[in-house]
Amino acid sequence: MPSRKGIVLFDTKGSSNGLANALKKTRQDIVMEIRESGLRGRGGAGFPTGTKWMLAAAAIADRKYVVCNADEGEPGTFKDRVLLDEYTDLVFEGMVIAGYAIGATHGILYLRGEYRYMLAKLEDALRRMRSENRLGERILGSDFSFDITIRLGSGAYVCGEETALIESLEGHRGEARNRPPFPVNTGYLGCPTIVNNVETFANVSVIMAQGVEWYKQYGTDKSRGTKLVSVSGDCERPGVYEIPFGTTVKELLKLVGGENAKAVQIGGASGICVPRADFHRSIAFEDVATGGSVIVFGEHRDMLHVLKNFMEFFVEESCGQCTPCRLGNPVLLDGVEKIGRGECSMNYLQELFDLGASMQIASKCGLGQSSPNPFISILTHFQDEIFSQR
Amino acid sequence: MLVIEKEALTTEIEGLVEEYGNTREALLPILQQLQIRHGYISDFAQQEVARMLDIHPVEVYSVISFYSFLSYVPKGRNVIRLCRTICCDMAGKDAVQRAIEREIGIPFGETTKDHRFTLEFTNCMGMCDQGPAMLVNDDVYTKLTPRRAIEILKQYK
Repeated sequence: MPSRKGIVLFDTKGSSNGLANALKKTRQDIVMEIRESGLRGRGGAGFPTGTKWMLAAAAIADRKYVVCNADEGEPGTFKDRVLLDEYTDLVFEGMVIAGYAIGATHGILYLRGEYRYMLAKLEDALRRMRSENRLGERILGSDFSFDITIRLGSGAYVCGEETALIESLEGHRGEARNRPPFPVNTGYLGCPTIVNNVETFANVSVIMAQGVEWYKQYGTDKSRGTKLVSVSGDCERPGVYEIPFGTTVKELLKLVGGENAKAVQIGGASGICVPRADFHRSIAFEDVATGGSVIVFGEHRDMLHVLKNFMEFFVEESCGQCTPCRLGNPVLLDGVEKIGRGECSMNYLQELFDLGASMQIASKCGLGQSSPNPFISILTHFQDEIFSQR
Repeated sequence: MLVIEKEALTTEIEGLVEEYGNTREALLPILQQLQIRHGYISDFAQQEVARMLDIHPVEVYSVISFYSFLSYVPKGRNVIRLCRTICCDMAGKDAVQRAIEREIGIPFGETTKDHRFTLEFTNCMGMCDQGPAMLVNDDVYTKLTPRRAIEILKQYK
């Protein structure tokens, strides 16, 4: 079933009837089906999509919004770029289905600034869908109306966090909000808002087209369906792959021609580093979760250099509003540099681990909570290698 | 700034406000357009945007300073953003960086005196399978080699 680049779920004949099928169902049925399918958010956190929709559907408001998070900033992730490029309609139709299910009339695609070159093509797709009555007034002859606008980001990684994304849409600095209240109750402009990943919406279209039972044959009990992973780094065939949840790291490496890897970073800079001894672990929400990023490191890579690159990334991208993240990341980076110069004692290293653990607990949003992940996992698994060289 | 230039800028911003609206949500799209057209958002432009959206100018400044694609200092006509995140780094970003610096004659982070180029690093731009990658304005270039990078820059005047 794992197929190189071929996207099984989305390419299967009949996967494009999702919107028409959905509009024949009641709103409640759609939400129930999405819950039943076990679909979980594909951005990385894995929140059950059906639950999110149910909360938004239950919220009472004049206006609701559907937001598609295309602010794909995690290092090593590019599957949304491919989805938006090649499966545009599935993504937009997924948004329309979401709008119908929760009672929203307006959708926003938040496209990262780096993907501005795709804007014209996406606008064309929206125009085409309007002309085919798959978007706009009274979609496909139903009494449901919905439209989508595209908004661009301006180069801020933290805007991939849903509340920071909403702040950015509202014209503010992309600083994460306190939760609760959650966006499903108080989101964009104070209205109930669902924010889902590009891939989640594409999955919704497929589920509506093929049915829940068909969908559930893929993946594991806790992680249904397939996952698009973006593979890069030291392997022979980098690119986007679709794998069923539960695929082991080893199987994936075989697929991409990276069997000789000494480690794989799964989940991007904010993910964890899986060393060779753990290649039997599987990619699923209950084991190693990923938003789609898989970076392969070959035998010759200096893992400290890799870690330094990740920590520089977080120092740069921390929005600065909460102290653990703003001040913690530079201290971790400084620690990495100290290790590089051979000036870090084991005692100090332990202090840095403790600092990382504090940041995971005390940071306000996912960025600061996950930024110590690479530090902790790389220096745990490769401590001997790193210190023996210095 | 000449009065006539100020008036032209005011008229331009009025046009943008008409297009995107005068609510706070319109702030980013307006700033993004000004950035594209002028290469930066001047103090005067910030004040005019603030006046028309009825917010404090420092709010506008704060938003500009937050986003790495917005700037309150003039940038070159062509902004080169070389990806420095790990995949592009492993694929040979350093060699491309050195080649560009040698050719243009300025280090990354600076703008040439003739305002033809600004050199910047950017974080992951989603081209990890085809690194090293760079953005020149909105155009994406992948699988760079030192020579290819220089050839590409020649197209931008």
